[in-house]
Amino acid sequence: MKSVLGDRKAIAILLGPALLVYTLFMLVPVVWSFGYTFVRGNALEGFRFAGLANFTRLFSDPDVIEAFGFTLKYAVLMTVGQVVLGYGLALLYTFVLRRSSAIIRTLVFFPVVVPTVAIAILYQKLFQSAPRDGLVNELLVNVGLSGVDWLGSGDTAFLVIVIMDVWRSMGFYGVLIFAGLLDIPEDIIESARIDGARQWSLFRHIVLPLSLPILFSSIIFSINGTIKVFDSVFALTGGGPGNDTTPLTLYMYRTAFAFSDYGYGSTIALLLTIMCLVVTLFIFRSSRRDVTA
Amino acid sequence: MTTAFMRGRTRPIAGAIALLGASALLLTGCGGGGGAAETGTTEPDKLTYLKNAENTNIEPVLDELAGDQCADANEALPLEVSSIPQADLDGQIQLLASQDALPVMFAAAGTPAEGAKLWKAGKLVDFEKELEELGVLDMIEPAAISTIENLYGGAFDFLPFQFNIEGIFYNKAMFAEQGIEEPQTWDELVAAAEKFKAAGVTPFTASGEQGWPITRLISSYLFRSLGPDALQKVADGEAKLTDPEYVEAAQAVADLGEKGYFGENIASLDIDSSYNEMLTGNAAMMYMGTWFLQNANDPEKNKVGVENIGFMPFPAVEGGEGSIDQYPANVGLPQTFGAATYTPKVGDWLKCITENYGQVALEQSGSISGFKAKEPVEGLPTLTQDVQERIAGSETSVLWFEALFNAKAGQDSSKNAALLVTGQITPEDFMSLLQTDLDQG
Repeated sequence: MKSVLGDRKAIAILLGPALLVYTLFMLVPVVWSFGYTFVRGNALEGFRFAGLANFTRLFSDPDVIEAFGFTLKYAVLMTVGQVVLGYGLALLYTFVLRRSSAIIRTLVFFPVVVPTVAIAILYQKLFQSAPRDGLVNELLVNVGLSGVDWLGSGDTAFLVIVIMDVWRSMGFYGVLIFAGLLDIPEDIIESARIDGARQWSLFRHIVLPLSLPILFSSIIFSINGTIKVFDSVFALTGGGPGNDTTPLTLYMYRTAFAFSDYGYGSTIALLLTIMCLVVTLFIFRSSRRDVTA
Repeated sequence: MTTAFMRGRTRPIAGAIALLGASALLLTGCGGGGGAAETGTTEPDKLTYLKNAENTNIEPVLDELAGDQCADANEALPLEVSSIPQADLDGQIQLLASQDALPVMFAAAGTPAEGAKLWKAGKLVDFEKELEELGVLDMIEPAAISTIENLYGGAFDFLPFQFNIEGIFYNKAMFAEQGIEEPQTWDELVAAAEKFKAAGVTPFTASGEQGWPITRLISSYLFRSLGPDALQKVADGEAKLTDPEYVEAAQAVADLGEKGYFGENIASLDIDSSYNEMLTGNAAMMYMGTWFLQNANDPEKNKVGVENIGFMPFPAVEGGEGSIDQYPANVGLPQTFGAATYTPKVGDWLKCITENYGQVALEQSGSISGFKAKEPVEGLPTLTQDVQERIAGSETSVLWFEALFNAKAGQDSSKNAALLVTGQITPEDFMSLLQTDLDQG
């Protein structure tokens, strides 16, 4: 093996095709898009050089600040929700349901494979308030509360998005972390039990430290996924009401394709890129210390 | 287990993952890039037609034409209809245009400025020339042509599948029950609304989900208070939406919401549901364009009876410069043909549509288009006749709120309208948001 990886030709053959595809479909568009940040216009009307105008606009655009805030708020809440609930599920599978967890795992995982748009429509109906109440409002009214126009105001719409997306994705994180928990050697747990560790102390001193690596991976997955949220918001609220639930991705898309401003859209894309980069670097830096020690 | 990647090989992997995530985003930002040059015409094998999903008027008429008057054209070039939500239409059309992949026939220009761009880029058929050649130019109402020329880049580049005026549809029975006459002034309108509300009737219905049925009230108020050129002045930079007399209009409409005249949960009400509120007798009034006639004339949908639906102009604002007989006029969200796929076979379809659409649309659903009917249609509902007379008698027309806005201002206007009437944004902030969009150009 060592001799194969020491051979430059072998490395070139192994890496070459992937690198070529990566360059063509990732790096070239990235650079291309960066080039757009210095122009105004669109494919239909043509482009004209704009200097740094897109960047100055980016820093003074209240919509960007609002979308940036929404994206961060969403990413943090979602990551906490996904990972905590996913971890809870994984613990349930491993320590409570054990071998009979297959059916529950499948059921909880099911929303992951359902198309986002279908789930969004389902949630629109669940949280509907006009022309007639959906299931949630019906329940509220039946217990003596008044119905809420869930998707009609920013705060409640945000809540619905988070509930929907956590519901949709916790099964995935459950399975991901479950796989990590399975890796904890049974004999360590056994010996801890013999030493007198019970539920909480077993979890606190054995399970949690040994599952930290997979938790870190989950957090990275989650943050990188949620910071790029687009489809679920687009399908559920379309960014509304107003721009209250518009993440940067949606604002970028609208700016480029609905407002025909490719240059400014690309500038917003650059901001997203930097955001992703910062978050990833931060997480990897903090994970470099050996968490299992 | 997974600790391996957390030690020595962290940096390259971190970089790779970051780049992967980032470039996936950036990819979305760099589609297109082609020029606007036309590369001759290509012969389509179908009459592909992309419409805005909200438009339900045109397809049934085209279907009837395809099976009857235009059967020959349809045999040569079968009609194939697909639709997308109106909010995504402009973006989709622009993408298709930049890839030279426009359908043969399509809806476009949710924002008129976008329609003008398509025309300037040479993507649209010049109907003045083509219809003249086909010998059917005289089948189009001249008023409709001039409306199109005013809005979409100075040319006859869209077809008037609708020719609408706008105003307030109201439930005659409810008005009679409460002893209310057609309001002539804004104050009378508000007083009527108050009376309805006191009697437990929802005074107005409007789709907050769409937003524009609410912003239309603002523009109508402006046209009455400041005159028909109120929004042209904003477009020309002579006035700003943040000027007090403009904010007053937004305030007047916000007040309607604050007093609860729109009923509950207006923010989530979609357009069909708002029609339904009107046609099932749940609301007394609805501002709408006369494309609504198709629904009002349909006994399946109209449960209160077509004789019980009346149409009145938006009332005057006391001391205002505008007049009550200046109706907003438009051709709906217009449809057109792509220049790159305009061949003689498509021309056959175009000719057939131009000759027959007006007649069939009137006969089928009593809806009025900019295509002339070949012969008078007997037995039209009184509501349709009334609207026809108003169109004929109207000398000055006005536009709608977003007509002269750029795409971003247009979208922000529609998306924030529901917030305005539910008190989640102040009239000052609403107008200032739009003015900022306009200033960005």
